[in-house]
Amino acid sequence: MPQVMTAQRALVLLIAMAVLSFMSLLFACVTGSVSLSLPELFSALNELLHGQRESLASSVLDLRLFRALSAFVTGATLALAGVLMQALLRNPLADPYVLGLSGGASVGALATILFVGAGIMVDVAAFSGAMCVAALLFGLAYRDFRGAGSAEGSTPLLLLTGVIVASGCGAIVTLLLSIAPDHSLRGMVFWMIGDLSNTQPRYISWAIWIGVAALMLSKARAINIAAMHADNARALGVNVGQLRRLLFVCAALLTASAVSTAGSIGFVGLIIPHACRFKFGPDHRLLIPLASLGGGAFLVVADTLARTVAAPHQLPVGVITAMIGVPVFLFQLHQLRRR
Amino acid sequence: MSHITSVNSPVLLSTQELVLKVGTRVLAQGLSWQIQRGECWCIIGRNGAGKSTLLRTLAGMRDIQAGKILLQDKSLTDWDLFELAKLRAYLPQGRVDAFAYRALETVLSARHPYQDNHYWESGDDVQIALAAMRLLDVEDLAQRDVRSLSGGERQRVAIAALLAQDADLLLLDEPANALDLAHQVSVMQILAQNCQQKNKTVIMVSHDLNLSYQVATHAVLMMPDGSCLLGPKEEVMQAHHLGTCLGHPIERFVHGSQTLFLPTVNA
Repeated sequence: MPQVMTAQRALVLLIAMAVLSFMSLLFACVTGSVSLSLPELFSALNELLHGQRESLASSVLDLRLFRALSAFVTGATLALAGVLMQALLRNPLADPYVLGLSGGASVGALATILFVGAGIMVDVAAFSGAMCVAALLFGLAYRDFRGAGSAEGSTPLLLLTGVIVASGCGAIVTLLLSIAPDHSLRGMVFWMIGDLSNTQPRYISWAIWIGVAALMLSKARAINIAAMHADNARALGVNVGQLRRLLFVCAALLTASAVSTAGSIGFVGLIIPHACRFKFGPDHRLLIPLASLGGGAFLVVADTLARTVAAPHQLPVGVITAMIGVPVFLFQLHQLRRR
Repeated sequence: MSHITSVNSPVLLSTQELVLKVGTRVLAQGLSWQIQRGECWCIIGRNGAGKSTLLRTLAGMRDIQAGKILLQDKSLTDWDLFELAKLRAYLPQGRVDAFAYRALETVLSARHPYQDNHYWESGDDVQIALAAMRLLDVEDLAQRDVRSLSGGERQRVAIAALLAQDADLLLLDEPANALDLAHQVSVMQILAQNCQQKNKTVIMVSHDLNLSYQVATHAVLMMPDGSCLLGPKEEVMQAHHLGTCLGHPIERFVHGSQTLFLPTVNA
């Protein structure tokens, strides 16, 4: 019977996804204006590991590898945030941005670009903006976090509050863009579209992603129960209110981390969890690691395409994710309808 | 009145001066009720009388406004959620499935309280879940997406999950809801057997007086004035009591071994 095989099946799928992620990184490293062969890649990697950046290959690899790693952690973070947000809201169409967290990040980042200028402060402001919105939602929709609200046990108040806060942030963003002088405008627009071109190694993003993923894996069974039974999960021993608060804080942290790394890259947090749920089922014990790795691999490939398809021009990666995401999503939805 | 009871007391659940309120509306007042192991209780009342509220309160899914609920001599609010889940199961009225879980997965979720720190279900859990599904005649639906099931099928899968939880106290909100006649009877019989043979305790909300009378040992009538009439079904389910409770005259007939209730219709 398939269900008894779950542990083995999970292992096989996980290994396959890990290999896929590794391949995507490899693809990103060898692709570009200067193409590297595999032997060149390995000798360059060897040089990098010994702290040398003399040959052309090693400096090219240095740039590509760090960019690919940034893309990977951003994609993985967004996909995981999507999974958590969907479980929290019990709505498969939710994404990390639906509650206005990215809106808060945009307000913070754009205001900083406008009044202070570009720099590390922009990332800090984006992160703080997202967390401010999270705190605001937490206070306004506290009823939904008690876990004993309606018999239906959904989170309508949180969703509605989030959507309203998101549109409020949208209005402030429009205001900031309309009063911005021309020389700031380009940077602001590019920040909003989402871009990985000038990112340094992000140890904090990796730490947040790994930490949250490990915590969520340990709670995966309880997340399943809450996703199935909503408030009634309490009857099975799950403290729904506590779990919701945890999911919300984790999703907010992930979203803030991803948005402050690379701006609002759309679709990864919606499409990847959806595709994984469609393909492998909604069991969070499997979905959390698979969607996370899948999101990372997807964004690495998308970013590699973004910097190569229109070379020497670099496209914003958000455009590529949308261009892949929209048709794939529509196709999937169509398939779903026909079944 | 003394509430000291021995450890082997047959009393599983009791309420003392329980008050049920929704907003400012008082649904029940001063409810003192003792439920022993092996009993099957049926809660009867009009729409909005507070039947579901009472059941949710007994299940620990709702704050207690006034009074006390004791489960095995320990206040319901003092129970650890996990330990409580091994002792009482709760079937809500209706459910919304947001994700495409398979029917078997929803039944397996009822084994959560027993899995401690294991990441995956054990083979035993799967066997228990499948046995419960077999009992409810839904074993062949095991791999189906729950969202594709009909209302009655979904309800039987939910009851299978309730049984797979293997709790002593079963709280069911309209278990026969959406079921066809044959399955209504079989579900009621399964519940009665759980009481008689396994010494489980059932408390259910039901609108079917005839079926309830057949399987229940006791009944609670939630009266429009906020009082409750409790006791063995033969005493409580009298035509005039039911008439007051439900707000419509009811006649009671004896047909062979069966007792039947019919509403009086003015032709």
